[in-house]
Amino acid sequence: MWRDAALVAGKDLRIEGRSRVALSQVAPFGVVALVLFAFALGPDRQVMAKGAPGLFWVAVLFCTVLAIQRSVSVESSDGARDGLRLSGIDPAGLYLGKAVAVAAQLIVLEVLLAAGVVLLYGARIEVPWMIVVSCVLGTVGLAATGTLYGALLSGLRVRETLLPFLLLPIAAPVLLAGTRIWQAAMAGGTPASGLQWLRLLVVFDAVYLAVGVVLFGPIQETA
Amino acid sequence: MAPAALPSSAVSLRGAVALSGRFPLLAGVDLEVAVGETVLVEGPNGAGKTSLLRVCAGLVPLASGRLSVLGLDPARNRTTVRRRVGLLSHDSHLYDDLTVIENVRFAVRAAGGDTSRIDPACERWGLVGRLAKTPAGKLSAGQRRRVALAVLTARWPEVWLLDEPHAGLDAAARTLLDQAVLEAAGAGVTVLIASHESGPVEELAARAVTMTGGRVTAERSLVPPSTTKAPSVAPEIAPDVPGAAREDGRVAHVA
Repeated sequence: MWRDAALVAGKDLRIEGRSRVALSQVAPFGVVALVLFAFALGPDRQVMAKGAPGLFWVAVLFCTVLAIQRSVSVESSDGARDGLRLSGIDPAGLYLGKAVAVAAQLIVLEVLLAAGVVLLYGARIEVPWMIVVSCVLGTVGLAATGTLYGALLSGLRVRETLLPFLLLPIAAPVLLAGTRIWQAAMAGGTPASGLQWLRLLVVFDAVYLAVGVVLFGPIQETA
Repeated sequence: MAPAALPSSAVSLRGAVALSGRFPLLAGVDLEVAVGETVLVEGPNGAGKTSLLRVCAGLVPLASGRLSVLGLDPARNRTTVRRRVGLLSHDSHLYDDLTVIENVRFAVRAAGGDTSRIDPACERWGLVGRLAKTPAGKLSAGQRRRVALAVLTARWPEVWLLDEPHAGLDAAARTLLDQAVLEAAGAGVTVLIASHESGPVEELAARAVTMTGGRVTAERSLVPPSTTKAPSVAPEIAPDVPGAAREDGRVAHVA
């Protein structure tokens, strides 16, 4: 399983390295979203800083949808998905590999978006490690759910429009927990104030990773 | 403990019915293919040839009936069967952003194949030098087909399922393909060739079955193929065949 996961993750990251879709299209989209949020909120820096945590995670969610759609479309052309099925590759390894590749791209995007939030909104981060931990856990959760739902919809012609409709509500706990942790980190609160939300992210990640490992194979065969 | 007996049939279908929604892809197929046998599956478009191969590869489940591939039920031994079967389909299963050699390496590794066979397979299909480093998205249809064939020959599975194998290939590549099929058959590989044009591929098979409306409706014997025979190739094309030694305008041997 781990060998297959590394193989698939390496393949997807190599494809991203060549096509640079995440870097040249998804990242600019995320930054544009942050700028538009700033326009919508007006010139008041305090209001922008207050809204920064939520807007950061909304931008991350939008970027996740695009990253997942790209991950699915890579396997849709020239029967690549059938090629993977025919290879007899371990479905759990395939799921983990694709999730790792999406997560790696999201981490890079989040670094850019976090820098954007600090520069555009004047957000001040008092407890950086809480931000880092929330981003890592949130990214795992988003990649785990996104990869699963992407596979579920991969055989449908309307997957591009259906994916955000299904994924965004499912990912709401990540948005909620991530925002609360960021608020605690920006307010300079004690780690305890964000701990319950970190626990929520850990549980969310564990549940969806387990579900993905178990169900990805059957989903892949029927989608 | 006594060793498990080898199956006499590489592929066995009994009353096989496969559906796509409510549309029947296979409508009760009975077919036995012995281990090491090469069978031509012929029939008009829509007869069910491609569906038969996809069922044998374990890509399409049976709605009813029985299927055994190398003595195994693909529904219960999915990974095992798929690793022992190779399907050359209409799609090449390539990633446009990966180079030719990267595509072949990934496909062979994903299938748990022997990576030492990758370079010889690429050489066999002329996928060397600059072409090997070309992104798959820039290849012609025929070149993509060659890459898919390189994957198949590098993996060298026990059952080859070839769907319209000559489609998109030039004369030189067709000759290489014929050589590879004969070599595989000589090595005990079971080969099913689906084609709506029986002429060019009849030389490769010992038996032909005709499909109509999702059923096998006729069967006939063909002249048994010889693993040493050399399919003819136009003299002006033969020099382009990598590793090909020529005798009297025919490819006599392919390295």
